[in-house]
Amino acid sequence: MCGTCGCGQEDKISITRPGKENQHDHIHSHEHEHDGSKHSHSHTHSHSHDEGHEHHHHDEHDHGDHHHHHEHEKEIVLEQDVLQKNNLLAERNRGYFEGRNIMAINLVSSPGSGKTSLLEKTITKLKEEIPFYIIEGDQQTLNDANRIMATGAPVVQINTGSGCHLDASMVNRALKELDVSEDAVLMIENVGNLVCPAMFDLGEAHRLVIISVTEGDDKPIKYPDMFRSSDICIINKTDLLPYVDFDIEKAKDYALRVNHQLKFFELSAKSGEGMDAWFTWLKESIKKQPIED
Amino acid sequence: MHELSIAMNIVEIVEENAATHEVNSVSDVEIDVGRMSGVVIDALRFALEEAVKSSVMESATICINEIPAKSKCLACSHEFEPNDIIAVCPECGHLYADIINGKELKIKKIKFLE
Repeated sequence: MCGTCGCGQEDKISITRPGKENQHDHIHSHEHEHDGSKHSHSHTHSHSHDEGHEHHHHDEHDHGDHHHHHEHEKEIVLEQDVLQKNNLLAERNRGYFEGRNIMAINLVSSPGSGKTSLLEKTITKLKEEIPFYIIEGDQQTLNDANRIMATGAPVVQINTGSGCHLDASMVNRALKELDVSEDAVLMIENVGNLVCPAMFDLGEAHRLVIISVTEGDDKPIKYPDMFRSSDICIINKTDLLPYVDFDIEKAKDYALRVNHQLKFFELSAKSGEGMDAWFTWLKESIKKQPIED
Repeated sequence: MHELSIAMNIVEIVEENAATHEVNSVSDVEIDVGRMSGVVIDALRFALEEAVKSSVMESATICINEIPAKSKCLACSHEFEPNDIIAVCPECGHLYADIINGKELKIKKIKFLE
């Protein structure tokens, strides 16, 4: 189904390796749309008999001979998680990552907080020590994937069309395209959006929320769901602190009150200040990936 | 607008269950949405209006239960209903708490005529 407009057609998500645009099969082609609209009149009549009768006749006149078949109401208790499908697929992704000792990190933030810059700097600095693989999520364009490709790391771009978040199935498809090696770090840059991606587990080991000091220091309490579902928080663009009203302690306090388990890094991807702590954490974390029973 | 994806997931799950019981229409669908689930109930209602079209849920009565949030204080373990995202423990005034209820997002039950 289409997560973009709810039209009932297949979605228009494309997964592309930069430089291979032309060879790639777009998953679920656009043909469905045309078919659907041509045939959409077909089911108007077929169901109406069964569905309509039970209710309508009652209130108008109670003619004695009810010729209804013995229908009775049945209640099914489901207690089924609405996101169960996504969660199951996320767990499959997680199993794949564990089996290959891949540390997957889901990067979430508002647009423009510096996710791609952080990735560029991190890859450039650590690529001799850690194999990086990147999945880029954006509504449109290969711009971010092209920036990453310039660093030399393998990258796949997911374009969600009008979709506002990545989900486990998109990541699953992108993984087939990317073929991540063992003992690698997989960075999944989500669609720039501080709301919707919070609900969708991708199978990541860590969820990293980035805020930049050019945003408000009350972001954590304005968008609590994202901060609540993350375990790492990077405060970026600290080189701009002298020029803005951002109170870093206040932002951290708000974030901790939403989620007291958050781990913070304060850094500037541009100037490089504070980046060492982040690099150290990455190197340490890849070594001690949890092995679950 | 992730509520549309959520609404479509709901319709899909109900359709699967309807198919299992070989009915082509359901009369009632009851959904639990926690206050901390990240779903805006009004937006979900709006999204469902579109998502149910041409589905087994088209004429169903949809009941959405809002499940209150419950937090547990990290310091004194007192359980309380937070009245704000950054609620303070009413017992000891501690600032940090874990959410133990209110993240529900599930289809509770469906009803149909068979």
